[in-house]
Amino acid sequence: MVVQRVFGLGRRALLVAALGVLLASCGYSGDGLRGNVRIDGSSTAYPIAEAVAEEFSKVERGVRVDVGFSGTGGGLEKFCRGEIHVANASRPITEREVQTCADKGITDILELQVAIDALTVVVHPSNDWAQCLTTRQVHDIFRHGGYTNWSQVDPSYPDRQITGYAPGTDSGTFDYFVEAMIKGVDETAFHRGDFTASEDDNILAQGVANDTNAIGYFGFAYFVEVGQDLNAVAIDDGHGCIAPSFEVARSGEYTPLSRPLLIYTRESLLAEDEAVRTLVQFYIESSDELVPEVGYVTMPEDVHQAQVAKIAPFLP
Amino acid sequence: MAVTQTVPSAPHEPAVNLEASGRVARRQRLSRASRYVLLGTALLGVSALVVLGIDTVMNGWGRVTPEFFTNYPSRFADQAGLRSSIIGSVWVLSLTMALVVPIGLGTAIWIEEFAPQNAVLGIIKINLANLAGVPSIIYGVLGLAIFVRFLSFGPSILAGALTLFLMILPMTIIAAQEAIRQVPDSIRQGSLALGASQWQTVWGHVLPGAMPGMITGVILAMARAAGETAALVMIGAFAFIAYDNTSIMDNFTVIPVQIYNWTTRPQEGFRADAAAGIIVLMVIVLTFNIGAAVLRERFRRH
Repeated sequence: MVVQRVFGLGRRALLVAALGVLLASCGYSGDGLRGNVRIDGSSTAYPIAEAVAEEFSKVERGVRVDVGFSGTGGGLEKFCRGEIHVANASRPITEREVQTCADKGITDILELQVAIDALTVVVHPSNDWAQCLTTRQVHDIFRHGGYTNWSQVDPSYPDRQITGYAPGTDSGTFDYFVEAMIKGVDETAFHRGDFTASEDDNILAQGVANDTNAIGYFGFAYFVEVGQDLNAVAIDDGHGCIAPSFEVARSGEYTPLSRPLLIYTRESLLAEDEAVRTLVQFYIESSDELVPEVGYVTMPEDVHQAQVAKIAPFLP
Repeated sequence: MAVTQTVPSAPHEPAVNLEASGRVARRQRLSRASRYVLLGTALLGVSALVVLGIDTVMNGWGRVTPEFFTNYPSRFADQAGLRSSIIGSVWVLSLTMALVVPIGLGTAIWIEEFAPQNAVLGIIKINLANLAGVPSIIYGVLGLAIFVRFLSFGPSILAGALTLFLMILPMTIIAAQEAIRQVPDSIRQGSLALGASQWQTVWGHVLPGAMPGMITGVILAMARAAGETAALVMIGAFAFIAYDNTSIMDNFTVIPVQIYNWTTRPQEGFRADAAAGIIVLMVIVLTFNIGAAVLRERFRRH
């Protein structure tokens, strides 16, 4: 009898579930372009892709655009397996990844730039000594076996322990910093592992904000959000101190810590899949408007035109 | 006895001393102290939860509006909502439950009531106990390899539900086994003695007794599935979905993935969204738990 009671309850639950399914299926069913575009990759570039997908969904209501954030490496891996149509990347695709793609028969990769990202080296606001550091000094602080005391960076700096905060090894920010600041200065050097590491920029920012001896780095967009609590360090890459700003990132003066944000897709998809083609076209055309909204830097006009020209052959 | 032993040097005192002294006094002090220490540990755990809860509610309550349930994700924190993730969660969890109830409970009944007691069964039981302790990310990797890639389901609702099903299967089986073992053997023997078949005995006498425990196990396992993030991110659940799911082959997002996405965003507004999402998820999980308690009480009365 008790068992019957359970199944009586089960029947009611089934009814509720069926109702849910019915409600859920009352989705859009109109005319126009239909399809599914899957985007995945860099979490740095996620806000841009999200903005594009959001606006695109308003225009092309029949196209489902899904955006994930499994990281640049993860996104390109899925891209090479043909699981997604567009890969977001915060660094250019590597030789090895191109080879992996080729092994799976994907040889028509198209790279498009959508924005510029800049990294910012930050210190505690009461740190009045490290206002400007040379690329070499930043390298020597963050390299494996590097400086542990501020007085080693420059004899005029106070005799204080350096505490460091850096993004975790899975983040595109970390990869980019290693390439620009560690390998870029000394090919044989490694990023040190004894600094506090976190994938979460919040933790890095809070760590630096609460420690007068701290130094750390993360994306410029994030710095703009939380900047009031921290000091950005100007970088001297051989032609004077350049403090990070939208202007210098766009003009290319802020070296080596500004970089392009990219998307990868396939020429064959642009040619054959109307939904992908329309989305990529929308991505490139709307980037000037959407990129600043989510805190990144737009490309200079000539670079933008170069991207438009790259997809032009595939447009009807 | 212990009392008299402690005062041998004072023979003129009464033999029975109600004031404990020496080792007994120490034992009683320890007993009193342990009570306060244990109370302290309990309060520490509960107060951490209360502080977290209050903090979350304070951050997120303002965002729990009707629009929060009906809006899709957005780049604007004040327009972002849980619609696609609530629908995704309902799909994934319904499918997970549809799989875990028959298979989990069936396995438990077989192990406890029908299986031959031999070495193979012993190995199965040990494996179940071990599997229940495997971190969820491992199930994510398994799901990615088997369901998403080998079986070509893609990062679909089906693949997500199968992954969560595998994840909560061991704990469902173990909870159900415990519940079945609670039914006294005399009931089985009575039933069999009156001529009932083994299946009639299980269906008519063992299951009704074991039902509260089995349901509790299923619901607690479902609560864990409802809050699972890592395994679903691993199989490739998306974060931005701006439509309502209509089929089990759809791509999907779920509430925890949405919360995780919001917490990684720098803007203050997204943190409020994340807190609001946590409130919604907490209410859902709490409802599961209360539901389990209510059902258990209902069955216990019979």
